[in-house]
Amino acid sequence: MNDFPLTLPLREGYDPKRDFYPPHDHRNYRWGMVVDLDKCIGCGACSVACYAENNIGVVGVDRIIEGREMAWLSIERFRDPDQMGNITFLPMLCQHCDNAPCEPVCPVYASHHSKEGLNNQIYNRCIGTRFCAQNCPYKVRRFNWFEWKWPGPMNLQLNPNVTVRSKGVMEKCSFCIQRIKTTHDIAKNEKRMIRDGEVKPACVQTCPTDALVFGSLKDKESRVRKLVDDPRAYQVMGYLNTKPAVIYLKKVIHEV
Amino acid sequence: MAQLTYDQIDQTILDSLNPPKKGYWGIVAVLLLGVLIGAASWVYQIFIGIGVGGQNNPVAWGTYLINFVFWVGIAHSGTLISAILHLFRAGWRNPIARAAETMTVFAVCIAGLFPFIHLGRVWLVHYMLPIPTQRLLWPNFMSPLMFDVIAISTYLIVSSLFWYTGLLPDLAVVRDRSTGTRHKIFKFLSLGWTGAHEQWRHYSRSYLFFAALATPLVISVHSVVSWDFALGITPGWHTTIFAPYFVAGAIHSGLAMVMILMIPLRKIFNYQKIITQNVLENVAKTIVFTGLIVGFAYATEYFIAWYSQNIVEMESFRWRATGEYRWGFFIMVLFNTMFPMLFIFKKIRRTIPLLFGICLLVNIGMWFERFVIIVGGVAHGFSPHAWGLYAPTLVEYGIMLGSFCLFFFLFILFVKHLPSISMTEMKETIEKGALDHGA
Repeated sequence: MNDFPLTLPLREGYDPKRDFYPPHDHRNYRWGMVVDLDKCIGCGACSVACYAENNIGVVGVDRIIEGREMAWLSIERFRDPDQMGNITFLPMLCQHCDNAPCEPVCPVYASHHSKEGLNNQIYNRCIGTRFCAQNCPYKVRRFNWFEWKWPGPMNLQLNPNVTVRSKGVMEKCSFCIQRIKTTHDIAKNEKRMIRDGEVKPACVQTCPTDALVFGSLKDKESRVRKLVDDPRAYQVMGYLNTKPAVIYLKKVIHEV
Repeated sequence: MAQLTYDQIDQTILDSLNPPKKGYWGIVAVLLLGVLIGAASWVYQIFIGIGVGGQNNPVAWGTYLINFVFWVGIAHSGTLISAILHLFRAGWRNPIARAAETMTVFAVCIAGLFPFIHLGRVWLVHYMLPIPTQRLLWPNFMSPLMFDVIAISTYLIVSSLFWYTGLLPDLAVVRDRSTGTRHKIFKFLSLGWTGAHEQWRHYSRSYLFFAALATPLVISVHSVVSWDFALGITPGWHTTIFAPYFVAGAIHSGLAMVMILMIPLRKIFNYQKIITQNVLENVAKTIVFTGLIVGFAYATEYFIAWYSQNIVEMESFRWRATGEYRWGFFIMVLFNTMFPMLFIFKKIRRTIPLLFGICLLVNIGMWFERFVIIVGGVAHGFSPHAWGLYAPTLVEYGIMLGSFCLFFFLFILFVKHLPSISMTEMKETIEKGALDHGA
């Protein structure tokens, strides 16, 4: 388990000895993210920004106790048992795996792999079997158990670029696909490719310590791609061969 | 013990179709009330959302899937008795074949309801059907849930046709011995059966072919249902033992359910000479066999979890036996493997109340086996941050009550309106001398 190599969600991550299916054919971009655990201070601003940007339902205390919180991005806390004061914060979001376990199990193709590497959840197609959530090892998928309420003036804060999901539909982090789409349109108008760092999902935009970096892993000159070569780079539960597109940089603690 | 005659068989079974006592309609009313409670709970859920159940993150599948697997399992045993034992020419199954096959048809119908009940947006279930649309969108055949749709519908169609084919000569007997409305209805249902030599030839051929068609379905359908879980990545689910494990468990629970139906049926309609003690004893012996297979499967799972030395797998199975749901695990092992072993003792398997009681415990144990697998697997998965617990709610209990009441409602209507023992097969048994004279 611990010596499974870093398997990037690109052609080079595929090995016929390990992979049954051929690699995906990504067109122009393969969106990915690098999370530097050294820089993450666990403030949670990314999670709040995600709520605001993506019209995520606020469920209330009772539902949270039942285990029905809707946060697409949550901060997992890990402590060293020998040094309980040392806390590592791990922002966990949809990993947009190249070999996503959620994709083959949806009977209606609501969980779909895009040409740019995103795992898209198509709300209109979802009939709510919840198999994708059962099959996700990271447990980042959130189901709309009820029709969430937006009592005024909260409804004025809703983002018009993002659907408000009805009950019975599964949702999860989309790498702020609405922002990717907008940037695509701008770049198309200016007849150029999207520049590195031009697309900033809400969490990346809000992080105060620059712990989250977003870009195209297919672009060898991009900041994300260069960060992936860091010796601290690893993938959460990488041994499952899901080929996640979110690569984490291990936290290194120096004792003084 | 005098040999049964054709007339005795006909009369005993046709007597069961006489107008019922008052208590009967009371029981039917109570069961119908249960069905209506279930229906109302479901309608409430459709309007308010799946949240009225107890499912959450990480346990997104709860009693609906447990009941689905439970009812499909019960259905399989009926087909084992009526189809597989027919192919093996095991004459002792003849008295219970009709009721077993009926149990199958009704259990599949109820099992088929649960995939609808557990959907988040059930009004869009047609997305799962391969209907050509303007958008050229087809369902995903890689998904185990699609395999389920095909498997369950195949099983329902084949079982229903098998059941109806077997019923034909009996429907003609009822037609010939009745008058008025009943005569008209059974005249329509018996499709013009005259008992001509040609018709008997066709009947026995098609019954044999349907039995041969239904036999592989017993193995394949429940294997497919087990792959709903085995094809998932979750520890505790992702194992190749599931297909034989589930099929053996299905037969185990179904045989117990057959006994629960047969024992009161036998008492109420005075079928003691037809469904003899020996028949019940043979079913009990088979339960010992399936109980041993199920016990072996439990042991294998633990052995493999240890042998793999995979920390996730080991932790999943450690938690199952010692975590918050250990009482469910305890019920599962005790009721499914220990209590059926009591049937090894002849005294116990010839005592009717004990037979009934232990079979009831087996059914409860098998329900808990599905609980331990479905809930226990997902509640304690890969990421400790996503560990959680689950408890069903009133709405879920209501729907579960509705499903059990619907099964017994359909069965209790069946026993009073259709011959609950196959007169044809009993007469064949006499001819072949396979009827035993056990008391």
